[in-house]
Formats: sequence, structure tokens, C-alpha cells
Amino acid sequence: MRIQIHHEIVQTFDPAAKGLIESLRLTPRSHEGQHVIEWRIDVEADCRLRRSEDAFGNQTDMFSLQGPVDTLRIVAEGVIETFDCAGVVRNSIERFPPELFLRDTQSTAPNAALRALGASAKGEGRIERLHALLVAVHERFEGVDAQSSGATSAAQALADGKGGARDLAHVFVAASRTMGVPARFVSGHYFDDGEATAQCHAWAEAYVEKIGWIGFDPVHCICPHESHVRIACGLDWLDAAPVRAASPGTIGETTSIRVRQPGQHQSASARTQSQQ
Amino acid sequence: MVEQTFWDEMTGGGADVRTVYGRVDEWLRNTPPDVLAARRTQAELLFRRIGITFAVYGEKDAAERLIPFDIIPRVIGQGEWGRMEAGLIQRVKAINAFLCDIYGPREILRAGIIPSDLVFGNPAFRPEMAGKRAPHDVWVHIAGIDMVRTGEDEFYVLEDNARTPSGVSYMLENREVMMRLLPDLFSNHRIAPVENYTDLLLNCLRSVAPPRSGGEPVVALLTPGLYNSAYYEHSFLADRLGVELVEGHDLSVRDGIVYMRTTQGPRRVDVLYRRIDDDFIDPLAFRPDSVLGVPGLLDAYAAGNITLANAIGAGVADDKAIYTYMPEIVKFYLGEEAILKNVPTWRCREADALKYVREHIGELVIKEVNGSGGYGMLVGPHATRAEIAEFEKKLVAQPDNYIAQPTLSLSTCPAFVEEGVAPRHVDLRPFVLTGAEGSRVVPGGLTRVAMRKGSLVVNSSQGGGTKDTWVIEDA
Repeated sequence: MRIQIHHEIVQTFDPAAKGLIESLRLTPRSHEGQHVIEWRIDVEADCRLRRSEDAFGNQTDMFSLQGPVDTLRIVAEGVIETFDCAGVVRNSIERFPPELFLRDTQSTAPNAALRALGASAKGEGRIERLHALLVAVHERFEGVDAQSSGATSAAQALADGKGGARDLAHVFVAASRTMGVPARFVSGHYFDDGEATAQCHAWAEAYVEKIGWIGFDPVHCICPHESHVRIACGLDWLDAAPVRAASPGTIGETTSIRVRQPGQHQSASARTQSQQ
Repeated sequence: MVEQTFWDEMTGGGADVRTVYGRVDEWLRNTPPDVLAARRTQAELLFRRIGITFAVYGEKDAAERLIPFDIIPRVIGQGEWGRMEAGLIQRVKAINAFLCDIYGPREILRAGIIPSDLVFGNPAFRPEMAGKRAPHDVWVHIAGIDMVRTGEDEFYVLEDNARTPSGVSYMLENREVMMRLLPDLFSNHRIAPVENYTDLLLNCLRSVAPPRSGGEPVVALLTPGLYNSAYYEHSFLADRLGVELVEGHDLSVRDGIVYMRTTQGPRRVDVLYRRIDDDFIDPLAFRPDSVLGVPGLLDAYAAGNITLANAIGAGVADDKAIYTYMPEIVKFYLGEEAILKNVPTWRCREADALKYVREHIGELVIKEVNGSGGYGMLVGPHATRAEIAEFEKKLVAQPDNYIAQPTLSLSTCPAFVEEGVAPRHVDLRPFVLTGAEGSRVVPGGLTRVAMRKGSLVVNSSQGGGTKDTWVIEDA
């Protein structure tokens, strides 16, 4: 499926930021399930984008600028072709052996509840167990407003019983690691039948021998397919966050994503606002 | 407790005084205790005036206090020091090769010398550094290697410190105070100098600066600030080095270049001697809630515009679990046998070892793999039954987190304590500096002494003291 994406982030600073430095992970890379046809990033300010690849193989753009800055618009847009690979991610850029993804981080530190969740996922083989986990996580958060996300960690989100895509992905990743299965966090976009998610989407990937990395999207209870655009991955949200900024003032952030299939008139868009 | 015999560095366990201690022994015999006591009081006054203090975490009242200083010097002969020095340089060379490897091709893992989960699962391993090279392949510019002695030729490495080892200011100040207090004793020894340490350090830091045209490289010392237990040392070293002492908010990164705020406007920095932990050093790359760090520092490092000493991620080499493999690490990279011995260590992650440790828990010292400063350890022979039971619970719950070692018969040195001159246990932390042109070790290092009788814990956070360490020409 050919998808055109227009991802716009508007940041507001109060008080105006004297200086600003940010790192962006907004550029998808190609692998067997997706082919990036064209892509560009634009920061509407007088600054230089410095592109590099981070340790996990994600394309990272850094920029710094001198203030005062009260509003900043960042746009990432392009065209991408996706293919249904039943969730299997092949020919992606891998800088580490899967084993690295057994590491805990602050947001994926296990506790008794996460271990119990992992242990409850039963099945013949690893794939079956992961699917059982997918269903278990999905059901645990069923009917929950997917946009709300105040939790700081997988353990917290599970205890609260609510959270957005990011939290569900953290819970899946953390529980999967307690099962001894390497798992990682993925950020990206989701597009289906003219509906765009209003936020950047997030899901998980787990490693299965002889197959490789397989995506699991606990929000939709599916393995990612044509509707998923994979942007970045890492041990947790922080490694794959679309934007990381350091500024002493408060940052308000409005994200809007417009997704459409070229050649068709239908388009989907959504907006969210957040305060940090 | 059974009375153990310990090797004494002055007597060597025999009736005669070892040659290197000849003149110190003479001085001790000719100096009445009240003169020693007066000297000690003077020393304390000097330290108070200098303001050298140390914060002990977990103590309510005294936020900062004086480390006890013992006025009797520890003496090491040039010959025995030479062997130690060769061993230290070899060890640090291997540590740097190890870090180049695990953040690069990871050959040691492929060769199966070290279990890969010890590296990949290690909290001190920084995935962010994988694929990055340290300038001149030096990751650890300043290493503090903790050593103990158990006999004439028996030296063991207790622990490597490859992150931000502290204590060197005590080495330097102990020497200064001793020279003022005991000039006569000084003049009849030929003592290798230590005061050139800061010159060597500055040369070392400048030697690894990123190449750029024009002028001397600019070096700065990055401290977490006033509330850090080693803040005194940070300000002391910055002063002696003649470099700026900066905190995170004094620095900023623009287009991959690090600048420091000065009264004359922003000034580019080439080398940061950082005394701030990895976790807090860059909120854009590590803990986002850190207010101590410099956003964008990792990116500037990756761009080759700044050198960090020590490099981010170096801590994986001083991890206590990795330590147990150090003889193999030396052999793998250098093709040599390790000159310095490791203390025999049981890795509790291995079932047989855990069984042994539980059976002999009362005889062993058990340490957390990632602990430091003497926190979270059990000294079996000195622990109560309840303490042992409590600790064993933690050990069984998380065996991977612990290693165990026999209680070593640490050597003793004469110390001036309440009951007069008496032997007390000591260790030694020499500081190994590594720059583009190789490694240098200032002769001696910081001797820590357990001031309580029979105590083997020398950590300053646990009430240990320090003394001056003399490397003297063999008579």
C-alpha cells in the first residue's frame, strides 16, 4: 500500500526558550515490510539538521538553535510503500544481537504483576506464547482511552489499568522479557481505512529463533501489516521517541498527522495536544 | 574469631625490620608518643584549614567530615613498585582494549571468553556507545586500581575503577602535609615525587583532544556540583590543573560543538574531564530528568568534537563480574599472563559457586556486582548471625548480582592510633593515567588504612583513614 504521510509537530515554549537542542527520530528506514520512496524533514527555524544513525540503527536528526523561541514547527513528510509480511521484520538494520533486548530499563523494569502476566501467556512454542501475551495485554487494557498516557513505566501502567499505545507496548516488552524473550519498543504510524491515529503509534517486537523479529501491536491485537509504518526502535520509548528536547521552560506540543493513499481523495487527519 | 596472622610491611613478619622501613623505624623509636600526638594534631589542623572533607552518604548529622589521617608513612621499595607499575600499565592497556572491542567488533564474546549476557545485560554497558570509537582508542584515561598485599611478593587487584575514580586529591595533600610536618624524615629518604600528577594529567587530557587547528586544547572539569561527595576534589583538581570547573548549565552544545560560558562569551571546549555519572551526563541521550548534564554531549562526542575522560560506558570494564575474567582479558588482548593477580572469586551466578558460597558464607566477603564504596557487602567473619541470614536471602533471590571472595590477609603497616603505634590493615589505590602516548603511574598512590583494630574495611565511607605512600630508592 502506498501511503503519504504529513507529520507536523508544533512546539510552544513558555517562557520563550533561550536556546534549544532537540533530537528527532522521524525518518523511517526501508526493510522488507516497507519501502521509503521519498522523505524529508523540515524544521522551520534557522538551523542545521545534523543527521546520524543511533546505536539501534535509527535515523536521528539533531538541531540546536539560539532563542528566543516561542513557537517551533517541525514537519516530517514523505511517501512510503508498505507490504504485509505478517508482522515479520526482515532486512532491517540490526546493530546488536537479539540478546541485548533482554535488558531492563527504567520504563520496562519488571515487577511481580508483569512476571505474572508473562507467566500467564501459555502456548506450545514461543510464537504461541507471544500471541497469548498479545491477547492478554490487549484484553487487560480493553475499552481504555488509547490517548491517555500519564504512566511512567510498564509496571505503573499495568497497575493503573490504563494507558495509550506507548504504555501497552511497554507492558508487552517488559512481560516478554520476563519470559526470557528479547523484546523491543517500536514507534511509528498506523493508518487504516481512512482512520489515522492522532498520536504517533507504538508497538512491540519480539524475537523468535529461525524467524527473526516479529511485530506485536497490542492496541489493535494484531501483528503489524500494511497499515503500520515503522520509524524507530529501541529498548523503550526513550530510545525511539520521535522528539527529545531539552529546554528549561515548559513545552506544549501539538502533533498532527495526515495520512492518505495517493490517487485517492480520502484523507485522514487527527490532532492531539500535550503539555510537558 | 580465630587470630589470623598478617604480613606486616615493616617487619615482614620476622624480628627484623625490612630494609625499606629502616629509617622510619628509627624515627618511630626515637620519637616519643606525645611528639607524634602533637604532629597528628598539627596535621588535623592543616587539613581543616585546607578544608578537605568528604561526605558520607547515609549519615544524618555530619554531612561532611574529615578523613582520619595517619602520620606514619607507608614505604614501598623502588624494586617492588617497579613490578607493580608494570602490572598496572598492563592491566589498564587490557581494559582499554576490552572496551574498544566490546563497543566495536565484540571479538571476545565471539571467542566465548566472556558470557555475552554479562556485557549486554550489564547496567554499565551503554548500547548508545556501540560503534563509536574513543579518540586514540583510549576509553579509560584515569583508572584507580585498588590493590592489596598479602606477602613479600603477593600483590592482588581487589577492584578496578574505570568510571570516575576519586581520592587522588588525598594522595597529593597527604604528601604536602607530610612535607610540612616531618621535613627531617623527608630529607633522609629519597622519595619519588607525586606532585607532578596534575601536570601528567593535564598532558594526558590534552593529548587526546580532537584535532583542530590553533592553540592549546581547552580542557574543563565537569562536576555534578556542590552536593557531590567528591566536590572538594573536583574543585581542588580544577585549581591545580589550571582549568575551569564547570557544571552542566555552564556548557551548551551547538551544531555538535561544546561551548562553555565565560565572561568573555562562549568558548569552545575540547576535552571534558567529567566527574559526573553516565546516567546523568546528557538528558537527550540518557536520563531525560537529569538537570546535571549537558544536552547534546553524546552527539558532540559522536561527531568527534569533544573528548570525554573517561569515555561514556567505560564502567562495564570495572564491573565486579567482569573483574573475575580480567586474567583472561589480559591474555586475550595482549597475549601475556597478567602480572597482577586477581583475588580468587566465586561467581554466584554459577550454581556450584553459589553452593560453595552458601556453605562458607561465614568465611567470605560477598559483594554486589555493581556496588561501590563498601555499600551492600557482607564481611562474613565480622557479621552477626542475623546479618548473615538477612544477606543470604538477598543472595539467593538474585545470585547473579553477587560475587564472593575469601577474606584476604591484608598486609598491615604501623599506624599511630589510640594505643600508640600499632599495625593496621591497608590497601593501595594507584592512579594510572593513559593518553595518546601511553600510560603513566605516579609512584605510590592513595593508601587507605582501617583505623580500627582488626578491621579490614578501609573505605573512607566506612570510617577508614589515609596515609602518605612513599616509593623510595632501595638502599
